[in-house]
Amino acid sequence: MPKVQFTGQLQRFMAVPMAEAEGATVRAVLDNVLRDNARLRGYVLDEQGALRKHMTVFVNGRMLTDRAGLSDAVAPGDEVYVLQALSGG
Amino acid sequence: MSDRLLVGTRKGLFDIRRSAGGWGIHKVSFLGDPVSAVARDPLSGAIYAALALGHFGVKLWMTADDGNTWLERPAPAFPPKPDGLEDPHPWTVHSVWTLETGGVPGRLWAGTISGGLFRSDDAGGSWNFVKSLWDRPERREWFGGGADHPGIHSLCVDPRFSDRVVLGVSCGGVWSTSDSGETWRLGGKGIYAEFMPPERRDDPRIQDVHRIVQCHAAPETLWCQHHNGVFKSDDRGMNWREITAIKPSKFGFAVAVHPTDPRSAWFVPAVKDECRVPVDGKLVVARTRDGGESFDVISSGLPEGPAYDLIYRHALTVDESGRRLAMGSTTGGVWLSEDGGDNWMALHARLPPIACLRFATETA
Repeated sequence: MPKVQFTGQLQRFMAVPMAEAEGATVRAVLDNVLRDNARLRGYVLDEQGALRKHMTVFVNGRMLTDRAGLSDAVAPGDEVYVLQALSGG
Repeated sequence: MSDRLLVGTRKGLFDIRRSAGGWGIHKVSFLGDPVSAVARDPLSGAIYAALALGHFGVKLWMTADDGNTWLERPAPAFPPKPDGLEDPHPWTVHSVWTLETGGVPGRLWAGTISGGLFRSDDAGGSWNFVKSLWDRPERREWFGGGADHPGIHSLCVDPRFSDRVVLGVSCGGVWSTSDSGETWRLGGKGIYAEFMPPERRDDPRIQDVHRIVQCHAAPETLWCQHHNGVFKSDDRGMNWREITAIKPSKFGFAVAVHPTDPRSAWFVPAVKDECRVPVDGKLVVARTRDGGESFDVISSGLPEGPAYDLIYRHALTVDESGRRLAMGSTTGGVWLSEDGGDNWMALHARLPPIACLRFATETA
């Protein structure tokens, strides 16, 4: 089952332990992880389900390409990292 | 007079209070996070703060104990966008640009970038997307002014009839409802946009009204700092006349109106659209007491210059007495007046860039 790890910066707001979830795409994996956690979902995805502008996802070290659809493939045993992109100010 | 000022900045919410020793920072909340709007409900005492987190999106927090503890509430959010729908504007909230309490227990209005209006009737526990305004065909003509997308920045809830609300959009004109947002009327007759092609100059759908405020005791009177001038309405936003006596310039963002005298208002002019700094590098306040026939240009207590402070649209305010005013700048200066704007004093602190401020007991 894919493993999902969230940026440590989210610990400021809520507990975000590493999770495992079924799914063959980033969308499916995140939907499973976030299904019962609307608050965390709102920190990672916008209201249309797209990845927030300054967030990013890596699957086994490869950056996600489909930021709106999250259709990038995930295989069992993959590691999914949900991170903040760097921004200035 | 109000002894408490809430200041929303690029890096936190500052609770500034007046004590025997003068004005000073009492408490800081959300240090490091951008605060885009703040409101205090006079009916409950609750304070609401909207954040625009760079990574994690728009958030709304509420405190019922003057900021000792904050609770996160659901943030306003659009419903799912229908598949295949073409729309010039995103169905996502980029920031809450203004928050206003609604005059009845639990009611709260949120104006946002990218143009969505939201209403809560349970103290921010849930939000209703005001679809009636979003579905108006004129909304598709709106566009961003400064921001990437259009935004609702001014919400004037009639203190006599809470169902009556006037709102301002950059760039989308002046809109009013008499039924809490069920139906809308487009106002703004008399406002014009010099920067538009001639055939669109008077189009009320695209006017860049930078800020609209109402007189609490005479809410038929509205004042507007527009992109290319100052305007005043005496019929709650349907018809406007230009106030040409404003000086030293007619460009600016902020306006405040006296809570009981609709003829008295304050502005903080900047040079012009393409040069958004004080005229001659001197920060001044322009005040009228005669409905805009004449203006005093006030500099007492303000930086002699060079000073390049710009006052954003939500960063000039007056309390319920009409005597105490405050303003905050893009370079983190805060100035207070306790005599109706005749004299100003600087807060002994340099804050992050200031988006908004308001007294804890002001009237809107």
